Amino acid sequence: MDALDTTTLRAAGLKGSLSAAAALQQRANILHLTQKAEAAVLRPKDFGAYNHELRHALAGRICNLNGDQITADQYSGNAGTYADLIDPGNDGGNYDLEQLVNFIDKVATRPSDVTEEDIKTLQKAGVQDPDIVRLSELNSFMAYQIRLIAGLRLFKEYES
Amino acid sequence: MSELIKNFTRELPDWKPRVRPVNLDEATEAQLDALKVTPSNTKVSDYVLTLAHDVESLKIRSPLFNAIMYDKGGLKRSERELGAIGASVLNRCIYCNAVHMNRHAQLEKDTSVTDSILADGENAKLSSRDQAIFNFSLKLSSCPPKVGKEDLIGLEEAGLNIEEILDLILSTALFGWANRLMHILGDPVKLENNDS
Repeated sequence: MDALDTTTLRAAGLKGSLSAAAALQQRANILHLTQKAEAAVLRPKDFGAYNHELRHALAGRICNLNGDQITADQYSGNAGTYADLIDPGNDGGNYDLEQLVNFIDKVATRPSDVTEEDIKTLQKAGVQDPDIVRLSELNSFMAYQIRLIAGLRLFKEYES
Repeated sequence: MSELIKNFTRELPDWKPRVRPVNLDEATEAQLDALKVTPSNTKVSDYVLTLAHDVESLKIRSPLFNAIMYDKGGLKRSERELGAIGASVLNRCIYCNAVHMNRHAQLEKDTSVTDSILADGENAKLSSRDQAIFNFSLKLSSCPPKVGKEDLIGLEEAGLNIEEILDLILSTALFGWANRLMHILGDPVKLENNDS
């Protein structure tokens, strides 16, 4: 696989960018590991309570909460029956996932405000601890990828 | 019971999980492999044991973290730490902030930068290069990220080249990830005296 052919660079519009090419090539191992990390949170073998479609929907939702529709569109195609959750206006009620969606949104947009009570609320709603960790990994990876893409887009913007 | 830490500090804290970490005695083979547990190495932190609930992510995370923070070339180590600090201040991750402020002070053999951030947080006044790095990190860490072309120009004017800017983007983005694990899944607590 071409280490630079990644979701991150496609979303940043940077594949083939001249000024950033040498720098990106120097960090190709990081881009390759980033793509592997994406697979680990979006398409894990052990997905616990949250299947691949729901994970893609939540990833797209987190992109939209960050104002990044281009990256959201890269995930929406695999969201299947959960596709409407990509819209941050959907509170998850139609899937009985309100508390999960509320937690995802808070961690994505206001991590500084998250407290132990938010974790207890999930636990009381029946979410198992391993699934809380899996959800947090998904949310955390998306925070990383969205910011990496936002930063890389500056190189593209700078060229134009 | 360990005392919770509620304010930013440079003193290294301990970390208390909000969920039950994997019990090593009950760990699966995949978890033991990801944890790199061997008969001679059974000491694993609660943080890593917590992340072991998601083995596939845990296995990728360490090499990715190390590559972003320690690979040769590009932005110097202490400036990658400053990117991590900016993210941790914005996301109010007291644990990550303490660890990386401590590391910054060690690498620079100077506490003035982190003293200023401890005193004034997001409004800290730093040298022009450090200021550009810190401000960029704060803006990139926001939700949505608030960076624009002018911020890239600001970094260039402060003396950063494209390789250094890429490393700053990477280290800042990485702590959007790390903060959302440390700050969400546990609490920073005072290290208890360990006489052993």
